[in-house]
Amino acid sequence: MSYRHNDSGRLIDRSQTLTFTFDGKTFTGHPGDTLASALLAGDRMLVGRSFKYHRPRGIVASGVEEPNALVNMGHGNRMEPNQRATTTELFDGLTAVSQNRWPTLDSDIGAMNAAIARFLPAGFYYKTFLWPRAFWKNVYEPFIRQSAGLGRAPTEADPDSYEHFHVHTDVLVVGGGVAGLAAAKAAAATGLKVLVLEQTHYWGGRTPVDGGKIDGMPAQEWIDATVAELEAMRNVTLRTRTMGAGVYDHGYALGYERLTDHAPDAEGPRHRLWRIRARQIVTATGAIERPLAFAGNDVPGVMLASAMRDYLVNWGVVPGQRIVVATNNDDGYRTAIVLKKAGLDVLRILDAREAGGGALMQEARDLGLRIDCGRGIGKVSGGKRVKKVQICVTTGTGGAMEALDCDAVAMAGGWSPVVHLWSHCGGKLVWDDAQAHFRPDPAKAPTGADGLPFVTTAGSASGPMALGSVLQDGAAAGTRAAKAAGGKGRAPKVPVAEDVEEAAMLPVWQMPARAEYRLKSKSWLDFQNDVKVSDVELAAREGFESVEHTKRYTTLGMATDQGKLSNINGLAVLAGALQKPIPQVGTTTFRPPYTPISIGAIGGSARGDIFQPVRMTPMHAWHDVHGADWEPVGQWRRPYAYPQQGEKVEEAVQREVTNTRDNVGLLDASTLGKILVRGPDAGRFLDMLYTNMMSTLKVGRCRYGLMCSENGFLIDDGVVARVGEDAWLCHTTTGGADRIHAHMEEWLQTEWWDWKVHVANLTEQYAQIAVVGPKARQLLESLGGMDLSAETLPFMAWADGELGGIGVRVYRISFSGELSFEIAVRAGQGLALWEKLVEAGKAFGVMPYGTEALHIMRAEKGFIMIGDETDGTVIPQDLGLDWAISKKKTDYLGKRAQERSHMTDPTRWKLVGLETEDGSVLPDGAYAVGRGKNANGQLVTQGRVTSSYHSPTLGRGIAMGLVLHGPDRMGEVLEFPGTDDKVYRAKIVNPVFFDPEGAKQNV
Amino acid sequence: MKRYSAFAIAREGFRAHKGWDRAWTAPEPRKNYDVIIVGAGGHGLATAYYLGRNFGITNVAILEKGWLGGGNTGRNTTIIRSNYLQDPSAAIYEKARSLYETLSQDLNYNVMFSPRGLIMLAQTHHEVRGYQRTAHANKLQGVDTEWISPTRVKELCPIIELKGPRYPVLGGLYQERGGTARHDAVAWGYARACSAMGMDIIQNCEVTGIRTEAGRVRGVSTTKGEIDCQKLGIVVAGHSGVLAQMAGFRLPIESVALQALVSEPIKPCMDVVVMANTVHGYMSQSDKGEMVIGGGADGFNNYTQRGSFHHIEETVRSLIETFPMVSRLKMLRQWGGIVDMTGDRSPILSKTPVDNIFINCGWGTGGFKAIPGSGWGFAELMATGESALCEAFSLDRFRAGRFIDESVAAGVAH
Repeated sequence: MSYRHNDSGRLIDRSQTLTFTFDGKTFTGHPGDTLASALLAGDRMLVGRSFKYHRPRGIVASGVEEPNALVNMGHGNRMEPNQRATTTELFDGLTAVSQNRWPTLDSDIGAMNAAIARFLPAGFYYKTFLWPRAFWKNVYEPFIRQSAGLGRAPTEADPDSYEHFHVHTDVLVVGGGVAGLAAAKAAAATGLKVLVLEQTHYWGGRTPVDGGKIDGMPAQEWIDATVAELEAMRNVTLRTRTMGAGVYDHGYALGYERLTDHAPDAEGPRHRLWRIRARQIVTATGAIERPLAFAGNDVPGVMLASAMRDYLVNWGVVPGQRIVVATNNDDGYRTAIVLKKAGLDVLRILDAREAGGGALMQEARDLGLRIDCGRGIGKVSGGKRVKKVQICVTTGTGGAMEALDCDAVAMAGGWSPVVHLWSHCGGKLVWDDAQAHFRPDPAKAPTGADGLPFVTTAGSASGPMALGSVLQDGAAAGTRAAKAAGGKGRAPKVPVAEDVEEAAMLPVWQMPARAEYRLKSKSWLDFQNDVKVSDVELAAREGFESVEHTKRYTTLGMATDQGKLSNINGLAVLAGALQKPIPQVGTTTFRPPYTPISIGAIGGSARGDIFQPVRMTPMHAWHDVHGADWEPVGQWRRPYAYPQQGEKVEEAVQREVTNTRDNVGLLDASTLGKILVRGPDAGRFLDMLYTNMMSTLKVGRCRYGLMCSENGFLIDDGVVARVGEDAWLCHTTTGGADRIHAHMEEWLQTEWWDWKVHVANLTEQYAQIAVVGPKARQLLESLGGMDLSAETLPFMAWADGELGGIGVRVYRISFSGELSFEIAVRAGQGLALWEKLVEAGKAFGVMPYGTEALHIMRAEKGFIMIGDETDGTVIPQDLGLDWAISKKKTDYLGKRAQERSHMTDPTRWKLVGLETEDGSVLPDGAYAVGRGKNANGQLVTQGRVTSSYHSPTLGRGIAMGLVLHGPDRMGEVLEFPGTDDKVYRAKIVNPVFFDPEGAKQNV
Repeated sequence: MKRYSAFAIAREGFRAHKGWDRAWTAPEPRKNYDVIIVGAGGHGLATAYYLGRNFGITNVAILEKGWLGGGNTGRNTTIIRSNYLQDPSAAIYEKARSLYETLSQDLNYNVMFSPRGLIMLAQTHHEVRGYQRTAHANKLQGVDTEWISPTRVKELCPIIELKGPRYPVLGGLYQERGGTARHDAVAWGYARACSAMGMDIIQNCEVTGIRTEAGRVRGVSTTKGEIDCQKLGIVVAGHSGVLAQMAGFRLPIESVALQALVSEPIKPCMDVVVMANTVHGYMSQSDKGEMVIGGGADGFNNYTQRGSFHHIEETVRSLIETFPMVSRLKMLRQWGGIVDMTGDRSPILSKTPVDNIFINCGWGTGGFKAIPGSGWGFAELMATGESALCEAFSLDRFRAGRFIDESVAAGVAH
């Protein structure tokens, strides 16, 4: 059994007891425990099921590398799947449930997969499930989906909040072990800003567990002193529970801080994403121990040797009472020694090396431990718990020499530096034969925009594993980074530690070396995804020789631990199978994040109402109070219509059109873009931007203009007013304002950078109200203040003045065919003017109208609408807008493009009006069919509907469309098949349906 | 080629799986081939496969700089759909989709094509109109799509939030036979079939030069020596411009990094594929259980295959609005792929200024779904000089201004 041993456990506070549940059963633990240590203390060794075979799985590691101990935590809207028990700090009331099993963890029906595992090797699914064809989607795949996956999916919205921090620092140190602390100390001594991130809640990493003295004092004392020293420095920021998640180009790094995961009742955000810009990054990310690949290495009770040591020293927990240690290096002895000193029964140390180890072996021997050299594990037996270990010759085929009854196995396969952050942004690795691992190649560091390295590694993340060299490397990295970041001054004294002499390790990728298939097919590499030595060998045999192919074919390293335990072992096995040196096989790509980070944290605080905040005009609240039916337009909301009590939206639209045509209507036009273009070259600039001539416009006058992309397509339209000798105000569409502003800036900054022009987007500086209808002038005159007669203010003119005591600029322009004035006021006075107009307008029957009435009225007049008649493939010539294209200008944006052969092709579809024979409304977006089919078997088309409405003015459906030779085919009837299987027939007519002479607007 | 079947697995299960052959051979290049395809991604391999299958041309080498299927074929979000607006696009994507339907059987390799249904959400009135137009067009193109109501959207995808608040769901364009496939398997299945026809797939063989004579291709220089050919097909998304330069012409292409990410695996919660174009996010759930999420393309050109974090943030933020439950999932991995972007965001399948050099590129952010159709059409073009599927996608369309712009419907990411 696993249990809480004695009074050791440096991280726990035994004076307090916390209660939690796992699969409904109540357990206890102490502050400082992880969920994993507390489960082990409660003799819960079986904690999960593997992904594919549903094999029973126990806790194998003590940190982020844990592949097995994943649980669903919490409930309701705070339920979270795949929480790693080894990095989950225990709190009172924690509830955890095991995953990927049914009905219970102990008796899981999916475990029958394990019984037929021989038929489910790597990639078996590519070779079968082929027939019958419909079965893949309807039978096989649903079954696979149900048995795959891990935790349960949350179903509700997340009630927690998240936030982002934006930080600039000179030196970022990732990792608060002794190397990171030494690096921080060295860097901070130069006075530079230093930020240190540590993923756990304590400093010092694993050094206090491994032991040793630093500068003559116990490691923990040195750590405490160093942290205190750093904390006192104003240029240093220290953060625990914050993981360095990723390194990106240009010194950009991500930190992931878990603020309340350990204290769910605390106020404030749950996670915080640190978005860091660092001049230099030091990755002091430590190293991870490798498992050994022997048969049954996945049976609960088999654990990394270092993890077993951690559980005992940190949390006072032991995974069993009768323990076998298997190692290929001296570090494994540390575990045996710690266990033995704690009074546990270490049955045997199996050292794969014929010659055994160095001083640590001697120490173990002196403690009376039995050591077998040249021996390893042939097989571990046991179902949900280790029962027996068969000992074999390391170099043999696995024949058992002896069997030991035991309940726990510690495996020590050597250490691999954590190179993830180094590699994220292109840092290269080099194979270290002596330690049998990949370590960062300092000559090939990630480089910044200046071509110089911006990441440096420190401590065991660089390769050295012994305390003294780790400290030395850490301090050197800090000094190096500080210097590269511009720091000056003397580096502090390098901390020293005396290292125990260690004998060379022996790489062991399969134990025993000549194991048969029977054993290899039970020797796990990737515990979570169920990838075994035999799977990698199968991949190699089938030609998946690239390490990326093997990964993808076998799913090695693709689990939630992203191969932290499996990658090196896996690619070594692959190299063996291919008979290639390991460095030639190489590694797969390391991608951010280092460990999974919550999607909530990535999203940050911008959610709900502040996800893309709604832009509001000064009259927004008025519209809301008066029943506006809102329509999102760009970042704005605009009233689509103002339905009255008991009125349908469509009815409201019809009423608004009729009232505007008969009396007077008000439209909030504030969202239309208003871009001021000013400067000596402004006229010349606008002549290039618009298809027509703007430089000749007289001050006080307005002109309708078209803007095209350099490919000739119509992108925006609007009225341009010349507001001064060197100033023009360009109106754009609502959705186009920001885009057109950027378009102008782009041309000014990249092409015509020497032209003397400034542009400013004034859209939100002014409110704009369209007063439209036969009684518009009367209404405005009733406010008093300026002369709005046709003589003083003719069509397409503007004037400054005052209405009802408010300073205004009045444009006499019309998008409805009615007598119309658009009145601009400073935004702060928009609502006041609007309310004055509503009040004074009562006598004239004024009503506000929304976007749909606007659309209908413009369609009745045959005016095009950007986004309806245009879609990015339409040129002004298609729309009969040749009159708005200057013939005199030698150039404008899009002119050359419009001269290309396809643009001048007479078969381009052209704008026409369309009327159904029975007055019904044509379906929007419908296509007119032509004759026969094209070479690809599609029905030939000859036109399409671009806008379609019911016109209350005409009492019938009207539509605009683009039709092949349209303007030459007046009166012809086209057929438009609907998606409802009906065919709609419509006649080609003039697109101006209403008041073609313009009698109504020119009064 | 030994056939794959449940029986074969059972047989091998009793003999330690010792009897499986290589899925594809690993030959050294010969001196001369009828056709060389540069690029052993999905499109290149599919081209080779249909050259063999439809035209009997099997003296073919497929040269790959790295490992086959390692470019965008192995990096995309595996979405398959054909609900395109413009006729030429709908034709080639629907051809591809229909080939996907039987691809597993044709190749004797389970590519896991799963027509689980695909919804493109409409979240503005403008999008509603755009998708209704697409539905009309699809009907005439023989592409089976329909406009569905918000209620139906919710039935098909229970984890979706219809109400917004920012962009309420107003409906969607639904393609019932759209879905996903296993991307690596598509490359591997084609590779295995090509190899079985006697074609040479040569990995770790980088093309360093293209030899021409009198305006006609002669062969290529590679890191494995000189190889001659009658015809050359360039199918190297992400590096098309580099190869074109070797052949002496230029392409209207920019290369940018496109972002994607996956969550940790969870039990099934989403059967359909959903694309939310207003907020620029799309998501599906893989058979492994990961939520597969597509992001945007970086706003700057590069070749690094990693890309920035900023787009991920935007994508995720919009997905949280559309699928609130994702907030409590965790991002497992993010990556980038380099995509070729043309001026009209449509591909190029074309002859080139050099005789007998053909180019297939410019699939932008949407190439995976097109693989079988692209291979089918491009093989036809290479074998016969003409292809109805490819005709509209010729290089000269940029000179003529004959764009095939799909962004028109709603600024849709492909």
